[in-house]
Amino acid sequence: METYILLGFVLILSIYLGLELIAKVPSTLHTPLMSGANAISGIALVGALILSRDSDLQNTIAFFAVTFASINVFGGYLVTNRMLKMFKKK
Amino acid sequence: MTFLSEITAIQNIIYIFSSILFITGIKMLGKEDTAVKGNFFSALAMFIAVSITLIDVVNPIVLLCGIALGAVIGSFIALKVKMTSIPEMVALFNGFGGLATFLIAWSEFNSIPDNLFQHVLVMTTLYIGGVTFTGSLVAYAKLSEKIKIAKTSIITKIFTTIFYISLPFLLYSTFVTPFIVTSFEFFTVLLVLTLLGGIGFVLPIGGGDMPVVISLLNSFSGIAAAFAGLLLLNNVLIVAGSLVGASGLILTVIMAKAMNRSISNILFVGYASSSASSSSSEEQGEVSPISVSDAYLILESASSVLIIPGYGMAVAQAQHVVRELGELLEENGTEVKYGIHPVAGRMPGHMNVLLAEANVPYDVLAEPDDVNPTMDAVDVAVVIGANDVVNPSATEEPGSPIYGMPIIEVHNAKTVFVLKRSMSSGFAGVQNPLFFKQNTRMLFGDAKESIGGLVSEFKD
Repeated sequence: METYILLGFVLILSIYLGLELIAKVPSTLHTPLMSGANAISGIALVGALILSRDSDLQNTIAFFAVTFASINVFGGYLVTNRMLKMFKKK
Repeated sequence: MTFLSEITAIQNIIYIFSSILFITGIKMLGKEDTAVKGNFFSALAMFIAVSITLIDVVNPIVLLCGIALGAVIGSFIALKVKMTSIPEMVALFNGFGGLATFLIAWSEFNSIPDNLFQHVLVMTTLYIGGVTFTGSLVAYAKLSEKIKIAKTSIITKIFTTIFYISLPFLLYSTFVTPFIVTSFEFFTVLLVLTLLGGIGFVLPIGGGDMPVVISLLNSFSGIAAAFAGLLLLNNVLIVAGSLVGASGLILTVIMAKAMNRSISNILFVGYASSSASSSSSEEQGEVSPISVSDAYLILESASSVLIIPGYGMAVAQAQHVVRELGELLEENGTEVKYGIHPVAGRMPGHMNVLLAEANVPYDVLAEPDDVNPTMDAVDVAVVIGANDVVNPSATEEPGSPIYGMPIIEVHNAKTVFVLKRSMSSGFAGVQNPLFFKQNTRMLFGDAKESIGGLVSEFKD
């Protein structure tokens, strides 16, 4: 239980940190920020890698979770990068 | 310390390092000059976190195959997609992330949670992940116009009802089922209800409200990942997921504020019912149409022009001719600016991306607060396929459903050109008095053709 409280603390602090860091984002960057954050949410990939595998069902689930998270990661970062490269100053 | 726990300790230390990189990355992503680097840092953080996890997994070959497969599919989509389809691409990728957390929660349920807290986490992660998955797929289908289902259709109502059923069912299976022996598979029912409920969550939400929904789903996928991190006791999942949750939340709030509506109003009410009370949309006079050649003469003698793009520009794919027109005006000695409303288009920052694709530098793009105070000095405001975001009812008519919404006050400019296909009203279904103002000229027709016409007049 103590571990959960500690990790819950990390969760709250990270959300607060995130709100502070991104509060004043210029509207030019709304889409890249969203798409970049979307790529980060592919961190579920790490979670999918460490799933326990006691049964065939779990093996199958893990494989699909890894594949889809990986699409999210690669697709997300590449699209964000493509988009950001287009933004030019005068 | 045994060998295994040593590996876990090293992994956790590397995870902290990776979390710091994620935080730095997302911070840099919020500023124009550092955004490219920020994205790179966050990708690096992801690479480090995944690599260090891979040194100690159950069957690495299968997992590496999964990663490789995902990499090929993801990269293929990302590099092939047209810039105009970015909104639906983001929605699709977001859905896949949600699906991954949904699967994680499902798998964890099968390893039999050993305390109530874990059970609650499994259920919540499953629910948020599942709703993100199917919700994002519906958003994808709506944005790419693969499905067109009216808010009032029976299909929408069925799915919305399922969504409302799924919520109490979630609470029931979270808090009641662990204490009683259930006679049938509550979990399987919850799986199905969650996935169908996600459809019902997004289906009734209209096109103009899409920026809000996409931001919200983005936030959900982060929160789901963070919860999965709690479940798996993994700190990098928690930190990265929370950052995404926070950034999605900020965008959601910005979008809702730009429409002067509460988030719950957007999600659960929509414009249709809120506008029922004030249908004062009687004809407000004559509109004055203008031809391309007359519009050219006015533009040619203007010394300052403001261009206000909207979703119509995206539909007509007019961003390239718009840029061309802007350049010709500048060569002619006219000052050209673009007024971008935060909710113009179908996702946050939609217009910015389109104009960037057409090589319009981002420093001539201005927000409503920057252009409104000096609107009197603007000779011509050119409204291209925007409607509600320039509707003066928002400031003049307290009874209007969009009253109070911050707009770009083009009606204060000396002359307003409105490029429009017809006299139909905007997404909000509200008549726009701007069209009937003395200083407004309507340039009917396809935006791309009209502007192309102006461009060739300038070239002659």
